[in-house]
Amino acid sequence: MSAIFLLVGVSLTVAAGFLVAFIWSVKNGQYDDNYTPSIRMLFDDPVKNPDQSANTKK
Amino acid sequence: MAAIIGTTYKCYHCGEECKDQNLYHNDKHFCCEGCKLVFGILDQNGLCEYYDLSRNPGITQKIKVREGKFSYLDDRQVINKLVHFTDNEQSRVTFYLPQIHCSSCIWLLENLHKLDAGIIQSRVNFQRKEITIIFHVDRFSLRKVAEQLTQIGYEPHISLNDIEDKKITTYDRSRIFKLGLAGFCFGNIMMLSFPEYFSYGNYTDKGMKEFFGYLNLFLSLPVFFYSASEFYISAWKSLKQKFLNIDAPIALAVIITFARSIYEIISGTGAGYLDSMSGIVFFMLIGRFFQDKSYQSLSFERDYKSYFPISVTVKKNGIEENIPVSQLKVGNRIVIHNNELIPADSILFYGKAAIDYSFVTGESVPIEKTLGEIVYAGGKQLGGTLEMEVVKEVSQSYLTQLWNDETFDRSSEKKISFIHELSRKFTWILFAIAASAGLYWYVNEPSKILNAITSVLIVACPCALLLSATFTNGNMLRIFGNHKFYIKNASVIESIADADTIVFDKTGTITQNNNALVTWEGSELSSSQKDQIFALVRQSTHPSSLAISYHLSSGVQLPVSHFKHFIGEGMEGIVEGKHIRIGSPSFVTGIKEHAPVAGKVYVRIDDKLTGHFIIQNEYRKGFEELIKQLSERYRLALVSGDNSAEQKRLIQLLGTESTILFDQSPENKLQFIEQLQKNGHKVVMIGDGLNDAGALKKSDAGIVVSDNINNFSPACDAILDGTMFSRLGSFFEYAKAGKKIIIGSFIISIIYNIIGLTFAVQGTLSPVIAAILMPISSISIVAFTTGVSTLVAKKIMI
Repeated sequence: MSAIFLLVGVSLTVAAGFLVAFIWSVKNGQYDDNYTPSIRMLFDDPVKNPDQSANTKK
Repeated sequence: MAAIIGTTYKCYHCGEECKDQNLYHNDKHFCCEGCKLVFGILDQNGLCEYYDLSRNPGITQKIKVREGKFSYLDDRQVINKLVHFTDNEQSRVTFYLPQIHCSSCIWLLENLHKLDAGIIQSRVNFQRKEITIIFHVDRFSLRKVAEQLTQIGYEPHISLNDIEDKKITTYDRSRIFKLGLAGFCFGNIMMLSFPEYFSYGNYTDKGMKEFFGYLNLFLSLPVFFYSASEFYISAWKSLKQKFLNIDAPIALAVIITFARSIYEIISGTGAGYLDSMSGIVFFMLIGRFFQDKSYQSLSFERDYKSYFPISVTVKKNGIEENIPVSQLKVGNRIVIHNNELIPADSILFYGKAAIDYSFVTGESVPIEKTLGEIVYAGGKQLGGTLEMEVVKEVSQSYLTQLWNDETFDRSSEKKISFIHELSRKFTWILFAIAASAGLYWYVNEPSKILNAITSVLIVACPCALLLSATFTNGNMLRIFGNHKFYIKNASVIESIADADTIVFDKTGTITQNNNALVTWEGSELSSSQKDQIFALVRQSTHPSSLAISYHLSSGVQLPVSHFKHFIGEGMEGIVEGKHIRIGSPSFVTGIKEHAPVAGKVYVRIDDKLTGHFIIQNEYRKGFEELIKQLSERYRLALVSGDNSAEQKRLIQLLGTESTILFDQSPENKLQFIEQLQKNGHKVVMIGDGLNDAGALKKSDAGIVVSDNINNFSPACDAILDGTMFSRLGSFFEYAKAGKKIIIGSFIISIIYNIIGLTFAVQGTLSPVIAAILMPISSISIVAFTTGVSTLVAKKIMI
């Protein structure tokens, strides 16, 4: 049964790790704006030749 | 290319109809020079992806921003107040850009560094409509940043408010921390309590029981001391005011549960109820989180300071310079340009003043002022440049005096919700049950007294009651938001539900600012005459001209020659060889004695006075039906700052029983609401402008109608999108239904409480029963309230 003590200790450590990660992400401002990043990631990389692209695209 | 009939182009930049077909660039048509210019800039810098992300994403550039408008941003004092961070190399500043509306905006604004190397990085927060820009101090200046933004169509909104009290955008993260921590501890305590649930406390290994017990205790510490702290604070505050609010019984339950658990664990007599305690806190915090949903980009707390500009141009010894408005002194000579706000009461010295007071009085037609007249602060000049002398300081002005009214002093007087009323009764009943259970066991088996009393308090905490209110209100806020009715917080829903009187403002509220009803009086106009008049009025941006051009809206584009604009009077020009004059009667007839008549525009073709246009406000769509719907259940009233020209029409609409008042100053409106309240009425005020600010604040629920919700609306409790105006009746109905839903779910929670209490009074509440009962009751109540409120919304609104 002593394995339980060890396992509980390990599982709590892992869980605490996630808690720390959560606190860290909140402090980093990840939850401050939960809309803009979802749009931002959809933007393509810059087009190489801007003048041409402006003329061809409509 | 001059007059293509039948084909209309949409501006490639902003999507507005192109009235002039000669404005094009790279095969793309534009509605105005401004839009074309913005396109040119973006095209040159390879930023045309802007147009690929959304269709016609731009903002119309018809209203030009005066050059030198941002010169005040060179002022050291102003810079220090606006910039949050600066070192020798870079500065960081955040601007509010109300124009942000689509993904193209985000893309363009985050690529600002491609436009100018002086900008290092820019980040947009879409919900707040803010941009944070980091720029090189030596290569770029704050003023240039603002000008660059303006150039591409995003003029930053900088107001007196930004300067007076420095507000750095802070996000309240503490609630997320509390919630996350409570969730973490709750989950782990639940898990560590499993052995207890399954074995009913009969451990084979004694050491294990202790181990789990102490571990749970350790995990519950952050919940008890940190996550639940707001309940103690709120309860303590209410107790100090000798008032029992809903947080008081919750705090009591949490403290008692915790104390008893500590006792049980340390004495080794049981496992305690730490899982229930952390669960209560966790669910409660979720409820609050849900209820405190904020509309980040909307501001409900605006006063005149957010309308006022930061700086004003002052003329001293013939030299113009910009000084902050707060430093404006009596006797200063100020220069007001077209479309600028007059910051302080002053005397007109030079220029033709046509002041738009719609901000302050609600009067929609610009008022003309002659030299030497006093012009009150808050008016907006339409037309040429003015020079005036300040007679009163900004803080003493007519407009700002409204804010000195005591209504604005009591900052946030909380309305007492009926939930608090219920919870107070509930708490007393609870104490009575606990006392009688204690008395019963005192007689029969004294050892069980403590157990029974604490069990009663643990199981019957009114958390279900609180949850039902917070989740119903939270869900309703969300549903209202989806229907473009943005409510500040949950207590407003209740105020709306309790209201029995609705007071409307007229201009801008029941009428639409840019949608006027134009009628013609005089000799019949031929279609060619109509085209000629249309060609002329199209040249001006005066509201009356816009209304007439919209009314005539002929597809024919005739060239105008010898066009001349007389500010504040009218205009003339030659169209198809006809000399046309449009404007005020004295201007058109040439006779001075004619007094200007608001809402009438005279027309002269060659030498013949043909007649005049009457410009009336058109009421919002569905206004009549709305009034019919509301008049059955509410007292209605209308207070307007406008003149009584439309009295007849309004009496017809609202009926003779309703109070209709005209020429009301902002103070009059406030007093009117106050009078109603003194007579015991609960009043909803529906307004739109600064002139309603006092009444909105005074009323039990102040609703602002706005055609653009991101525009500047005065302090209020709710913002309603203009397009949803006709739905107001069903919104009110829904608010009323909300109260019933809360009471319904309260009854369910009482049933749970009765079940729990039967265990508790017998002194047989085991942790297992508490652990089962608690989450089931919480979750089923949450499901019930959200489900029912969504269903009811569908039934009422759609």
